[in-house]
Amino acid sequence: MINIENLHKSYKMGSNTLHVLKGIDFKVEEGELVAIMGSSGSGKSTLLNIVGMLDLLDEGQYTLDGVIIKDLDETKAARYRNKFLGFIFQSFNLINYKNALENVSLPLYYQGIKRKERQEVALSYLERVGLKDWATHLPSELSGGQKQRVAIARAMAARPKVLLADEPTGALDTTTSYEVMDLIQKINEEGKTILVVTHEEDIAKMCKRIVRLKDGVIVEDKKVNQVLASNYV
Amino acid sequence: MFSLDRWQEIFQTIAKNKLRTFLSGFTVALGIFIFIILFGFGNGLKNTFKEEFLDDATNTLRLFTGKTSKAYKGFKTNRQIEFKNSDIEDIKLNFPFYLQYITPRITRYATSSYKNESNRYPTQGVSPSHQYFEKTIMMNGRYLNTNDINNKTKNAVIGRLVARDLFKQEKPLGKYISLEGVAFKVIGVFQDEGGDNEERVIFIPYTTRQLLEKSTDKIDQILVSFKPELGSKIALIFEKKLRLFLKSKKSIDPKDSKGIYIRNVAQRASQNDQFASVLQYIVTFVGLGTLIAGIIGISNIMVFVVKERTKELGVRKALGATPRSVIAMILQESIFITTLSGVIGMIIAIFILRNLGDTLDKFFIRDPYVDLSTAIFSTFILIIFGAIAGYIPAKRAASIKPIVALRDE
Repeated sequence: MINIENLHKSYKMGSNTLHVLKGIDFKVEEGELVAIMGSSGSGKSTLLNIVGMLDLLDEGQYTLDGVIIKDLDETKAARYRNKFLGFIFQSFNLINYKNALENVSLPLYYQGIKRKERQEVALSYLERVGLKDWATHLPSELSGGQKQRVAIARAMAARPKVLLADEPTGALDTTTSYEVMDLIQKINEEGKTILVVTHEEDIAKMCKRIVRLKDGVIVEDKKVNQVLASNYV
Repeated sequence: MFSLDRWQEIFQTIAKNKLRTFLSGFTVALGIFIFIILFGFGNGLKNTFKEEFLDDATNTLRLFTGKTSKAYKGFKTNRQIEFKNSDIEDIKLNFPFYLQYITPRITRYATSSYKNESNRYPTQGVSPSHQYFEKTIMMNGRYLNTNDINNKTKNAVIGRLVARDLFKQEKPLGKYISLEGVAFKVIGVFQDEGGDNEERVIFIPYTTRQLLEKSTDKIDQILVSFKPELGSKIALIFEKKLRLFLKSKKSIDPKDSKGIYIRNVAQRASQNDQFASVLQYIVTFVGLGTLIAGIIGISNIMVFVVKERTKELGVRKALGATPRSVIAMILQESIFITTLSGVIGMIIAIFILRNLGDTLDKFFIRDPYVDLSTAIFSTFILIIFGAIAGYIPAKRAASIKPIVALRDE
């Protein structure tokens, strides 16, 4: 599904160049649930941003679902993002003046789907995250866990190939974190490929594979026995 | 380009962000409103100006006399010069090429009374062609005619306000009024667009006035009009020749600047015209200033709006919005708001101007108005600049990487 070869990325910080990713080779098969771990500055977020086409790579090759991702201008990147990827952010990033249903149907709007169908699809995803009754509520009327579930529904609604979660539990308490991870595991069980960036060990252990980054290189890449979040809920 | 979905998206944004919408709409509406009101007031000032100064015939030379300042041909200095009836005949004879109308004018204040009403008015002894110079408009009866001049009749033509003062509700025609004890028959009532003072005047034949003053043939003033087709340059030549002619006739040193005076109304009129156009420039300048202030106002709000929405735009981009669709969304929203509020401001301003009418007359603003094309054009300009002002920050926002926009503060 994801194939990255010899990825380099550096940032210019004034006169200095900060070499963040120093030759990453990284493969993800369909249906995997991968945790990317590392301390801050290890390059884990940069890697996710490049996978998410939110950032450009300097060197190397990136293939997503058989499509070579290169020469990305903003328009092309937007189209790929809409087609291939769903994002889940630490701070939810819901649009505050839109209610839950409208937030979930937004990616469908950018796919050019008609309003009526949009609402049906969005409602079905809200139902899947258990928030059907909250469809008309604004984000400000939802709890943190509910917001993240709306965000997950939104990421799912566009039927992406890959879900990218950047610290999805970073802003949540432990119980709520496990609830969210339970939802992520269930989505993964249905066959969706998911990448989770986290620095929390217990969250990482709920994935099927852990990739550790340190100073821009992969120092460990191992399959683990998945801990089911539902045990803790 | 039209897409119901996008409009729904925009209406939702507008409906959910009322304060922001109100602020930008209000700025635009206010800009247009002030511009149109100011422009209308400017036009009103110009109207007043035109009516105050331009109600008399402008191809007029006003001749009057004074004392000489140089001794000449055996005459002492400081000699009082006077016009006589023969001067009129001589001017007619000598300047047929230039001359259109000519009339003497002898002004005397007289206590005028009818029954118990009495007041002092200027009476002007004139000939029939005087009607042309003042653009006197007859309401009832007739003006003076040659018969009145030849027979030195005691006929009077009175101004509208004289008739109102003295006769109240009565019909003045055919009644007799007393001017300093001499009875005159009212043969006509006139009006004049030059204002109240010009409607508180009584015209009588100049020959009658001379008869009353011991059969003198002296004249205070002579009004001469040149043929308008000659233009102002030839009028200057006429003025020069006329001055030389009269000076030689009255034995005044040609180099003496006193003795005979000629006022060229045309010259004054062109100065007034210049003043009117300066007024127009000022009005236009002030108007443009307001418009620019309005444009700057919208620009500020657009920058603020885009800044405020940076995160939202980042989310939209992460969800698959192309830069184009982001720009289009912001522009469409801002153009919609500016158009709607611009038109509202315009309509309110035009409505107020229409209903002001003559209520601001005492501030020298008469019939303030703005022609519709100016109003629409300025609204259009504001919308265009509003769009440009929105486009620049929108384009910048659309090109920001979503990762930057989404970064937590």
